[in-house]
Amino acid sequence: MSTIITRPKAAPAEIIRDASMAKQKDMLARHYDRLCDAPQTGEKVCATFVPGNLNELIMCFDMVNNLPEVNAIQSGLRKQSGGYVMESEKLGHSEDVCTYVKSDIGMMAKGNIGPNGRKLPNPDVLLLSYTGCFTFMKWFELLRQQYQCETIMMHTPYLGDGKITPEMIQYMVKQLKQDVIPTLERVSGVKFDIDRLRENLRRSAKAEEDHIWVLQSAQNKPSPIDAYFGGIYYVGPIFGAFRGTDDAIDYYKFLRQEVEERIRLGKGPVTPDGDMPQERYRLVVEGPPNYTHFRQFWKMFYDEGAVVVASSYTKVGGTYDYGFRHDPDRPLESLAEYCLNVYTNRNLPMRVDMLVDYINRYEADGLLINSIKSCNSFSAGQLLIMREVEKRTGKPAAFIETDLVDPRYFSAANVKNRLESYFQMIEQKRSSSSFAA
Amino acid sequence: MLDKAKPTTAPIVERCQALFSDLTFEAQRAWKEAKPGRKVVGFLPYYAPRELVHAAGCLPIGILGGGDQLEVIHGDAYYQSYICRIPRSTVELGVSGRLDFVDGMLFPSICDVIRNLSGMWKLMFPQKATRYVDLPQNFTMDIGVPFYAQELREVREFLEQIVGKPITDDEIRNSITLFNENRRLVREVYKLRAEMPWNLPSSEVYLLMRAGLLTPVEEHNAMLAEYMSLAQQMERPLKDNSRVVISGAFCEQPPLNLIKSIELAGCYIVDDDFLVVNRWEKSEVATSGDPLENLARAYISDSTSIAPKYEPNPKIKGKYLIDSVRENGAEGVIFAMPSFCDPALLDRPMLQSALKEANIPYIGFKYAENTGQMQPVREQAGTFADSIKLWSGQ
Repeated sequence: MSTIITRPKAAPAEIIRDASMAKQKDMLARHYDRLCDAPQTGEKVCATFVPGNLNELIMCFDMVNNLPEVNAIQSGLRKQSGGYVMESEKLGHSEDVCTYVKSDIGMMAKGNIGPNGRKLPNPDVLLLSYTGCFTFMKWFELLRQQYQCETIMMHTPYLGDGKITPEMIQYMVKQLKQDVIPTLERVSGVKFDIDRLRENLRRSAKAEEDHIWVLQSAQNKPSPIDAYFGGIYYVGPIFGAFRGTDDAIDYYKFLRQEVEERIRLGKGPVTPDGDMPQERYRLVVEGPPNYTHFRQFWKMFYDEGAVVVASSYTKVGGTYDYGFRHDPDRPLESLAEYCLNVYTNRNLPMRVDMLVDYINRYEADGLLINSIKSCNSFSAGQLLIMREVEKRTGKPAAFIETDLVDPRYFSAANVKNRLESYFQMIEQKRSSSSFAA
Repeated sequence: MLDKAKPTTAPIVERCQALFSDLTFEAQRAWKEAKPGRKVVGFLPYYAPRELVHAAGCLPIGILGGGDQLEVIHGDAYYQSYICRIPRSTVELGVSGRLDFVDGMLFPSICDVIRNLSGMWKLMFPQKATRYVDLPQNFTMDIGVPFYAQELREVREFLEQIVGKPITDDEIRNSITLFNENRRLVREVYKLRAEMPWNLPSSEVYLLMRAGLLTPVEEHNAMLAEYMSLAQQMERPLKDNSRVVISGAFCEQPPLNLIKSIELAGCYIVDDDFLVVNRWEKSEVATSGDPLENLARAYISDSTSIAPKYEPNPKIKGKYLIDSVRENGAEGVIFAMPSFCDPALLDRPMLQSALKEANIPYIGFKYAENTGQMQPVREQAGTFADSIKLWSGQ
């Protein structure tokens, strides 16, 4: 005879958010409402990708952007992506390919309901910013087949030799002038005004200053932010629909003040369970996070006092560490440089240099790679990156594997075991260093 | 024993098989050593401007992984389990010293894995010249052509540094002429195979094509002509096979046994996308005027369609496959795709819907270059062949 044990229902723990997170949540809700209202308001919808997105330009045509990866992330956070991925596989998409794509296609098949519970509108144009990820190209070919709308190819050359050349800029500006702008004019019915673009870029640069200041505040000890889990919130507006808006300027100004206050008070990052009491490990993380178990994943870090002081994922929608800002005096060239600078558009040696720089500059204890099954753009080569960074910094590195939005590839026990071993490794390294000293 | 009176392709096929099986690249090493100063440049799938490599006086060789005969010991340590096989066996070739005679490597923009491998190569073999070749994805003529012509100028400079001398326009024009001839002959072999697949089995044609990526073009041209002349005279039995097109195998190559298994299961392969570099441009590349501009123009306006290339016109997505079926008298398509191959696997649903609309039957399976178990392949291909025979036309 079996006994059924009924567990007492505990009230779910309240998630602690700082004010900037609440502000962003409100911004995002307004954006999704605007998007869903588009069929009624007559606003045209431009679907585009986060890396290399041209939000300042899209805004010049009074269009509202829709970012399929962000929709997939939202589905992941809301525990819906697993069903969408399987729906997509039922439709014939391979189990081997990117789960962002499959979550997006599965969501479409299930009625295209957005995170606000309302139907997302069909795009009027697909702006394929082909930057740093091969899958993007096929993804928009698939969406084009579904939506039967215009598709613009904006090909960003890869920094295979580790540098941006004048010819690359010329190529991209030419695409902007001959393909992107005329098509957006035609679809929107709005004439392009370069002064309007300059104004948007000016606003972007302003927000970018505060944004990068916030990310670089992690050089403080203790770090007032978590630059990976928290960083995902901090990049939201600048990577998404808000770059070039006053909203973004206000948000980053507000966020900066919040972080300044945390520094003044000597506080560590805010986590879903409140302020992190003690910073024990400072890590640099390479690769995207897992979204289906985001909070559980984060908890594995903050429970151990591990804070991420720099991450490569927060540079996938633009790299601002090395001085790049959108420049209103060189509007089209600046858009081109922005796309070229995206983290995954950098070759492996550049990525290694950047991670080594982060470890040194942020005085990190080591590198952790979260390798994502879905994302070859990030993942292919990460084991070599790990070796190279270890070799150059002398700091320990570790490797875990999860997926973006496919819950089948998140093995909590496995990840936790590896993290615990990694933290022990850091301790050992510290004690052997102090012994040697 | 061979009957010397009867024409046979066997000696050519044997030579090709030897080239194919040699994972230490003895023939290419011998070519290099035969004259002082000779250089060898490797390239990965699916395409590289071989004309420039040849014009520099170098031997272009296709690096297509290690197949099913290479034991990958070190390569697996560089890749997660969910990444395809070709980069790990390519790394194995590199770290085991099998490519130590190769002076330069070209990595085309086929996918993120090969793209990142270009950076890995720079880190792992800093003494070797390595270049990522960014192929155009914007096919508007006056945007894509100047971009690719510039890329070719940079590849030319890269090669000039390897050989230590300038490459002249005339040298490139001469190489274009030779490769035009090579592509013409390759197309002829393909045409002949579609006409008499019983006399030109795909397992042989495949080896013949692989040889073209391992020998000087002049030699390969002679080999192709001789093979065709002999194959036409052979009297192999005609079987009641179904005629199929293979799609999706443009990068990591299937094991030779997989091709043989498909044939043994009752299929004549009448078209495929193995080794597309050897027929990339669909017609002759112009030989007068700026040679780099001519190569760029041919790439943009007259090259083969495969998954790694963007298709700007949604109305013709997948049309190339339907055309191939019709032009070659095929009765169905087999999607044979490497596991974890993003371009092929992401493209497949779109190609399938185009085939469905055209009422062309298809099946699909995945493979790795070292797949050993052929029974499932034989069963699937055999069932497909039977179903075509039983149900087509109904």
